[in-house]
This record gives sequence, C-alpha cells and structure tokens, in this order.
Amino acid sequence: MNPLLAIEDLETLLHTGNAPVRAVDGLTLNIMPGETFALLGESGSGKSMTALSIMRLLPDVGEIVAGHIRIDDTDLLQLPETTMRKIRGKRISMIFQEPMLSLNPVLTIAEQIEEVLKQHFNLSRQAIDTRIRELLEQVGIPDAPHRMHEYPFQFSGGMKQRAMIAMALAGEPELLIADEPTTALDVTIQAQVLELMRNIQQRNHMAILLITHDLGVVAEMAQRVAVMYAGEIVEVAPRDAFFDHPAHPYSQQLFASLPGKHKRDQSLTVIQGAVPSLAQQFSGCRFADRCNQAMDICRQAIPQWHAITDEHLVRCHLLNDERRQPPAQASAAPVPQMAKNAQPTSVNPAVLLQVTDLKVHFPIREGLFKRTVGHVKAVDGVSLTIAAGKTLALVGESGCGKTTIGKSILQLIKPTGGSVRFKEHELVSLPRPRLRQLRSHFQIIFQDPYSSLNPRMRIIDILEEGMNALGVDPSRHSAPGDSPATSKHEEIDALLQRVGLPAEVKWRFPHEFSGGQRQRIAIARALAVHPELLICDEPTSALDVSVQAQILNLLKSLQKNLGLAFLFITHNIAVVEYLADEVAVMYLGRIVERGRIDEVLSDPKHPYTQALLSSVPQITPHPDRRAVPVTGDLPSPASPPAGCHFHPRCPHAMPICRQSYPPVSSFSTTHTTHCYLYPQEHDSNQYEH
Amino acid sequence: MPFSPILLWTDALIYLLVVFVLCFIWYVRRHAHMLTPWKRVGHSTSGMSALTILLFFLLIGLLDTVHFRPALEHKNDEGNAVYSVEVLSLLDVLVEPLRTQVEKTYSAPLATHLYAKETLELPGGRQVRTFARLQHGGAHLQDPEAEYNDDIAWRSAQGLLLGFVIWSVLTAAIIAGLARFHPKRIPQSISAIWHRSTEIPWHAILITLFILSMLIGWSAMLASHYHVLGTDKVGQDILYQSLKSIRVALVIGTLTTLIMLPFALLLGIAAGYFRGWLDDVIQYVYTTLNSIPSVLLIAAAVLMMQVYIETHPELFETVASRADLRLLFLCIILGITSWTSLCRLLRGEAMKLRELEYIQAAHAFGVSHWRIISRHILPNVMHLVLIATVMDFSGLVLAEAVLSYVGVGVDPTMISFGTMINAARLEMAREPMVWWALLAAFGFMFTLVLSANLFADAVQHALDPRTRTFTRKITTPPNPAEKTAILSNPATAAPAAAPIFPEPPQR
Repeated sequence: MNPLLAIEDLETLLHTGNAPVRAVDGLTLNIMPGETFALLGESGSGKSMTALSIMRLLPDVGEIVAGHIRIDDTDLLQLPETTMRKIRGKRISMIFQEPMLSLNPVLTIAEQIEEVLKQHFNLSRQAIDTRIRELLEQVGIPDAPHRMHEYPFQFSGGMKQRAMIAMALAGEPELLIADEPTTALDVTIQAQVLELMRNIQQRNHMAILLITHDLGVVAEMAQRVAVMYAGEIVEVAPRDAFFDHPAHPYSQQLFASLPGKHKRDQSLTVIQGAVPSLAQQFSGCRFADRCNQAMDICRQAIPQWHAITDEHLVRCHLLNDERRQPPAQASAAPVPQMAKNAQPTSVNPAVLLQVTDLKVHFPIREGLFKRTVGHVKAVDGVSLTIAAGKTLALVGESGCGKTTIGKSILQLIKPTGGSVRFKEHELVSLPRPRLRQLRSHFQIIFQDPYSSLNPRMRIIDILEEGMNALGVDPSRHSAPGDSPATSKHEEIDALLQRVGLPAEVKWRFPHEFSGGQRQRIAIARALAVHPELLICDEPTSALDVSVQAQILNLLKSLQKNLGLAFLFITHNIAVVEYLADEVAVMYLGRIVERGRIDEVLSDPKHPYTQALLSSVPQITPHPDRRAVPVTGDLPSPASPPAGCHFHPRCPHAMPICRQSYPPVSSFSTTHTTHCYLYPQEHDSNQYEH
Repeated sequence: MPFSPILLWTDALIYLLVVFVLCFIWYVRRHAHMLTPWKRVGHSTSGMSALTILLFFLLIGLLDTVHFRPALEHKNDEGNAVYSVEVLSLLDVLVEPLRTQVEKTYSAPLATHLYAKETLELPGGRQVRTFARLQHGGAHLQDPEAEYNDDIAWRSAQGLLLGFVIWSVLTAAIIAGLARFHPKRIPQSISAIWHRSTEIPWHAILITLFILSMLIGWSAMLASHYHVLGTDKVGQDILYQSLKSIRVALVIGTLTTLIMLPFALLLGIAAGYFRGWLDDVIQYVYTTLNSIPSVLLIAAAVLMMQVYIETHPELFETVASRADLRLLFLCIILGITSWTSLCRLLRGEAMKLRELEYIQAAHAFGVSHWRIISRHILPNVMHLVLIATVMDFSGLVLAEAVLSYVGVGVDPTMISFGTMINAARLEMAREPMVWWALLAAFGFMFTLVLSANLFADAVQHALDPRTRTFTRKITTPPNPAEKTAILSNPATAAPAAAPIFPEPPQR
C-alpha cells in the first residue's frame, strides 16, 4: 500500500540566537491512509515543528533546508504558496492545542467554518448552511442549528475543541494533524474528544497524525507510534509492539518514569539531564548522555536503523549486529528500592490540618454601584483532614475549586465561612500579624514554574525572601543529618542541594533554568521556612514525564526525610496513585468521595469518581475496566444544578438526585461518599436545600 | 568678586537630580548583580551612539544651568561691586560672540546681507533701497561677492581640521584609557576597536564622536564671523537660541516626569494591587482629570501664576528668576495633568501581576504589601515606566511648544523651542520664506528626542534579564580577559538552551 504522507529526511532550522537550531533533523516517516500515527516526544523534541513543516506554516525564523514531504506523490515543498493554500484545510487539516486561542473570538462558529468551505468548495448559501450543520452534528454539538451562530466565548472548552475539529473536517481532509488536541482539556472531556476522533476516523477513513506527550493517549488512539527525541525519530513501532517491549532505551526509560500504583514504594526512574541543545552537530547518539545503557560507541558513531521486526525499527547501537535483545526491564534494575515508608507506630498520627465546612463564595457584581447579584460558589462546604507526614490528594477537573481550597487554607483568599485549624490555631479570622507568625508552617508550590518565580530576582533573593519576611533563624532548624547551617548563605546552599541543584545557581536569574529546575527552586523556596505542610497545586502538570518523575521523587524523599505533609492538588490519577495516602474527589466545589487511596481508586463508589477513573487513558488495557460514559461539561459554579450537582451528567440519576444534595454514606471509617445509590446516614443533612 | 552666583529653582532641582543620578551610579557600581544588566546597555550600538549625543546635549544643558550675575565696571558708593541685573550662564560666556553679535533683523544662514531690503542713506545723501550689510555676519569681508566663497571654504576647512584634531585627541584618550583599564597594549586596543570585537561598541561611539566633533569644529570656526543658522526677527543668532533651548527642553522633559512619576506609580500600582474601593476612587479621579481638556487646566493655572508673579514683583530680583519660577510652575502643572495615562497603564499591569504565582507565593510568606510592591511589582513594571517617560519626554517638549503658541507656555523672555517655533510659525507664510528658525528648532529637537528614544530602548532591552545583548563574533580570536565580563556566568548558556519552545502549561 502506498503511504498517504511520506516525509523523507526533513530538516527544519530555526534561526534564533547565535547558531541555528536543528528543530527537526533528518526525519523520515510514512503515514498510511486511514491510520492513526502517533508522534510521541517531550517538549522541545521537535514534534510541533514537524507538524508545522508539513503544513508549511513555520514561524518566520523557521526554514526547511532539506527533505521531501510527499502527499500522494506531490512534493509539498515544491508547491507555490497559492497551490499550498488549496492543500491546507482540503487535503491536510490541523487542530491545535489551545481551543481557546485557535478560534477567532469575534466571528461566530458558522462564519469560521464557512471560511473553510468557501475556500475549497463552490457551494450555494443553502448548501453551506446545511454542511455546517452536518459538521457540527457530526462532532456532537447539541442543537447545532442554533449553536452554529454563537460566538466562541459561548462554547465551553470541550465544545470549542469539537468546533475546531468540525472546522478541520470541513474540507474532508485525507490527513488530520492533531497537535496535542486534548492536553488543555479535562480527563472526562478528553475521553469524549478522543472517542469522537476515533469515530470520525472510522467513518471518514481519514489518517490522523497525533502529536502528543501522553503515553496514555497514544495507547488509546494510535495504530503506529514514532518516538521523537532531540529532532529525530528514535523508534517506530506498531502500538502493541511498542507498549509490550519498547526497544530504545529512551522509550524504556520513559515508561519507567511514569508514576503508578505499583511503584508506590520505590522511587521512579528518572532520565538524568535534559534534552541536549539542538544547536550543535551530533557526532553520536543524541540520547547517549542520558542513557543508562550507554556504551563507548554511542558517543562515537551515529546509530543507524535496526529492524526488530519488519515494522518495529529502532535507532540504537544496542541492537547492533549480534542482535542483543535489550533486557526488558533494564530500567528497573538501577532503581534503588526505597525502604518501605516507615509507618509511624501510632495508628492515628497527629492531625495537622483540619478543615471543616470551608466555603469560598465569590460575589458576582453588576451595575454602577457594584451590587451583588449572585455568588460563584467555588468551594461550598468542604471538610478534610491531613495528618502529619501524610499526603492527601485532592482530585477533580478544572474549575471544580481545587486551587481555591489550597489558597483559602493558606488564607491567600479569605474564606466566606467554615474553619481551618492548623494544629491548635484557627486560621480563619486570624489577624494579619498573628497569621504571619504561623505562615512558616505551611507553604505552597504552584503549577506553572514559569510564572511562580519573579523573573527579575536572583535565585538567592527569591530564596531569602521568605526567610527574611518570616524572620526564620537558620541556626535553629537544621534537620538531623545536615551539618548545622550557621549562616544564611550556607542555609541556601543546603536548600539547593536538598532539591538537587548545585549551590552556584543562586547567583542566576530564573529564566536560565528549565521548567523542572524552576519547580525545584520553587520547592526550595517553600522549604526555606521549614514548613510542616506543603500545598502542591498541580506541581508537575506543566512538566514532561521524565521531569515529573524527578519532581515526584524529590517530593517523596522530602516527605520521608523531613516528615512533611502534603495536600496534593492534581488531576493526574497516576500521580495520585503513586504519591497519595488518602484521596478526596471534588466536583463543583464539594467533595463527593474520599477515603484511603486503595479504597477509592480500586473501588470507586460515586458515579463521578467511576467516570473520572475510567476516562483516564490507560497504557495497559484493563480487562475489567468498565467504561462509564460521562456526557456534557462541568456546569458553571455560579448556578450549580439543584440537588446532587452531578445529576445532569450521571448515568444513574434518580428523581431524588434532582431535589436535594445527598448526605454522607460511609463504607468504612475512612471511606465516605455523597450519593443516593448507597444507604444514607441520617445524622448528616447539612446540604439539604 | 567678578560675579555673584545665582541659584534658580530649576537649577537647584537639576543639581539635585544630578546628585541623585551620581548616587545611583555609585550604588549600582558597588553591587555586581545590578551592574551586570547596566553593563549590557553598553552592548547596544545604537544605544551607545545615542548616549554620546545625549551626553553632549546634557553637557550643554548643565553648562547653561550654572547661573551668575557678572559684576559691572562701576562700584557703588560704599565701594562694593555692583552686579548686573542680567543673569548669565556658563554657556553664555562660552559662546559670548553668539549672544552679543545681534543684527537688525532676519538674515539667512551664513549670509552677509540682511534678508529684507531697507532704505539706506549713502554718504552722498542719496537714498537707496537695498539689502544692507550685516553688522557682524561676514563683516570682515571687504568685497562679499568676490571673497565670500573663498572665505567660507577656507574657514570650513579650518573648522573641519579643528574638528578632526578634537576627535583625534578624544580617540587617543579613549584608546589610552582602554589600554590602561584592560591589560592590553595600545595596538591591541586599536585592532579590537577596528574589528568591532570590544564589549562596548567603541567603533560606533567613535563614529558618532567624529560626526559631532566635525560639526562642532565647523560651526565654531564659522560662528565667530557668520551666523551659522541665521538670525531671527530681532537679529538674534538662531544657533545661540537653539543652544539655549536645550536646557529648557531638558528641564521640562525631566522635571515634569519626576513630578508625574510619584503620582502615576503610587496611584497606578495601588489601584491595581489593592483593588476594591481604592481602585474605584483612583479610577474616578483619573477619569475625571482626563476628561477636562488639559490645555484649559494648564492655561488657567499658568494665568493664575502669572497674576501672582505680576502682583508680587518684590519677590523676584531678576527677570530670569521670574521666568524660571514660571518654568518650574509649568513643569508642575504639566506633571499633574499628564500622569493619568501612565497610571492607567500601571494599574492594568499591576492587576495582571498581582494574580501571578510569585506574588501569591510572597503572600504565603507573609511578605508585607509594601515589600511586595517594591520588590515584585515595581521592578516588573519598570520597563513600562521607562518607555512611557521617554515617550512623554518628546511629548512634553512638544507640549511646551503648543502652550507657548497659546500664550501660556514659558515666559516670553525665555528662549525655548516652543517660543522659537512660535516666532517662526508666522514667517513660514511670508515670501520669501524664513525657514531656518523652524529648521533649527526641528533639527535640535529631533536629535534630542531621537537619541533619548534610542537610549531608552537600549536600556529597556538590557534591563530585561531574559535577553542577551552581546553576541560575540565567532571569527575574532578569543580573549580570556574579556570573556568573564561578557557572560555574567560562563555556565548560563547551558540551561538557557533547554526548552526551545516552552509549551504552554498543560491543565
């Protein structure tokens, strides 16, 4: 069979800085008609540049210097721009990562789709309207005839991505390039969009080039996988072969660095170092410096392709002539088995943080005098407890109020009601000077390492800020095993070493660091004041898998050595499985289920928890996995549905669910949920409306 | 004493500003991490050229700031010196001939005759209507028609030679200085400048200096016997007026900004950072202020001031101090009316910044509001302030011209670009046209504002820690002495290269 798209030796340069960056360096791949081909790689590996090269939409600094991109024997790189315009959207379409940014906010959805149709087809007014309606119905937008005349701001994130897909499908393309199509979406929405893409592909027999960093998405979607590293492809394989026995050390180490339940008691394998600078000429294997199986030859000769089977190709010296099979679990070998978490002898360790019935309502104001017309109930009666040295994970989709809880515990947002007790201190309504004395006990780590460090301050100033503000005396607290830090500078050096950075970095500015390094600095900043509780607000979600593993290892070792308690706010179930002791699932400002990690994740009770867990793309197919369909989007917290908030999306909704919020149901001393499917306890009816 | 020093209000403020700047420089020099970004300003070719020109303007402005009253020849009854009522500056003394050689009326640049015909009485008693000879411009020529071209050419050549000599001396001084501060020999310094491999673009500075000194030498040689830029209606030398205007422009540009900045910074950041009722109040204030036509406000205030000055003549010893107080007051009024746009800009930026996570982290440390504003918000809005003030600088110099046109600008006795333009404006319509006054004002203003803009651009670029300004040419032989100075840290290159395209945070 002839490939639909054939890329040969593509080389794309980016002329930024002093030396040109070889963003794509000799890339060759074939995509067959109707198949889903996944391009997998970390950020900076050249995935997106490949896609933009195919579309010939490179930024101004980009230049394709060599290679061929053929679609049905037409070389796209030879076409004049006018002809290329007939190909974009017609034969190849593209959908982008951020649906919020890829739709024009001042045009209606219909107008934007019409643009594509007018460019490629000669249709009458009537036909265009019908076609737009068909397209929107095809991507599952309800009430398409009306909604097509709405503006993008009236669509939710998932709906926008559906509209984007509809627009991409408008030209009936043979190839759809999807650049991280679901990265910006929540898991339940991601599951819907992936399902939609699968259906459309089967129906239209269209090829998809799926660009992603998420192994789970690859496992669910792709038929063939290519792993990209530092501008070139290092492994191509059919999906099953790839997931059964990845051959390239990079792929193996990627798998090993994924967090998960079975790795709870060990530290994750990390890929040392960072992606090498692409501005250089490589004389050996690009991965050699980070590879745990590197040999002398790896640094001397560029590896050639080696076929394991006809379809499974690897670029690695390990598979040289003797066809030495790499040890399947090579990656697991060097992992030092972390001692089983020394369980405190007391069964009930001291409660560190007790949150009771916490409420954070944001007023909606209107008019000249800013009259309050309603409230966004971001957090609506949440109770949770964290024991010293333990980890509570708070799980939920974006917009459910997770971050608000974190900030209101720290009193960065004033709670509307409820109480937050830290040890014996009530934090709500504590006056500012008193609160300040307590601040060193609890700290926060933020999601985005790029905006959490002041770009105009040196690392030393950043680290000193908290110490100075809270008057932390470095000599007083020195963890056992450390040499007693006498001066502030030594303390800072010790902090940086503890988070795995050399002490010299304190003289630099944040922009000189990569995302993972910045997150380490942010952790060091929080540790500088010797907190007992760290609130981690999605600390790894902006990071690559290999970097995420480093940060998770760091957090875990910190907990072990310093006895820190974590409130871990995340949407990543795998991270929860790896790190958390207890888990609380949140939906629209309320906790719907909570319990110990094994109770909740292996036996979820609430339909939302079940749906959430089943929406997470899995690498290993679970035979007993029940697919719980979840439809629709998260409702606005300004006007939550009456009764159980989840009932409009719940497959088991009953009449009573629409009337009142379900009281608590207990399954064990620790495992509770709020759902009418289970017998209720009668004493608690605080949520009744 | 042959003179009595005079300290005008604006003089005092300018001295204060100079002291402040010197203190700042001293402070920065002692802190390596603050010095590094400022050193990077030196990497910008255009910035350093602009700075050279700007320094020249500043020098003229400062010379014009040192005021005194010369002693008159006669003494009073008690034998004490009597001082002139006329206040002079150092600049006036330096360019004495320009100030004193006054013609009758208009004359074109480098002319020997007046621009208008007038009736002259010949020695025979006959009256003739012709272009009269100038009293000073080309007065040394016996026969202007025959000697004029040769004289101009000869003096030009002399002037250019003088300029070249000045430039050579400066260049020699710079090269000697370079050789002294860096352990290098003089030929190496010269070759480094020639190959443009120095850290500071000395080649650009030298080229700028060359042009400047050529111009200065040329005009200095000609100005003693001609009016290089012509004369105005009352016969004053335009070059002299232009030089005098520089100080007024600098005063209006800098003092007004200084008066405006506290309002804009304090109110703008407070509104954006604290939000709530404070934000509402500040917003209402600047919206109200903005909706009053500022010319009206300024006119009213200046007229009130004028009445006050005229009813209290005993407060002012000299005309210059009157004019100076009016200038200061104009700066204050302009400052009070022009802070709104910067304030609005800063409010928006502060609103954006306060939600950023590093500010949240600072809150979590219990850092006080004042420290958050001064350490986190202020440094991150400084680029806006810098751009806005430089943009305002040119706007203010122009505003002064407009206000002088309306009649509420600087004192009519004070020479400024505004009064020059205002006087020249009427003559544009006349035939033949008097173009040189306007052109001179335009040329000087343009150069001043452009170099200020370019320099501010370079500063803003360099102060952003994310940019690297100095790209070393690969062809030049590496020099270990310089290397440490160029990249603040040799290891910076490695981690900076890591993410080429940082992907947006994934939610």
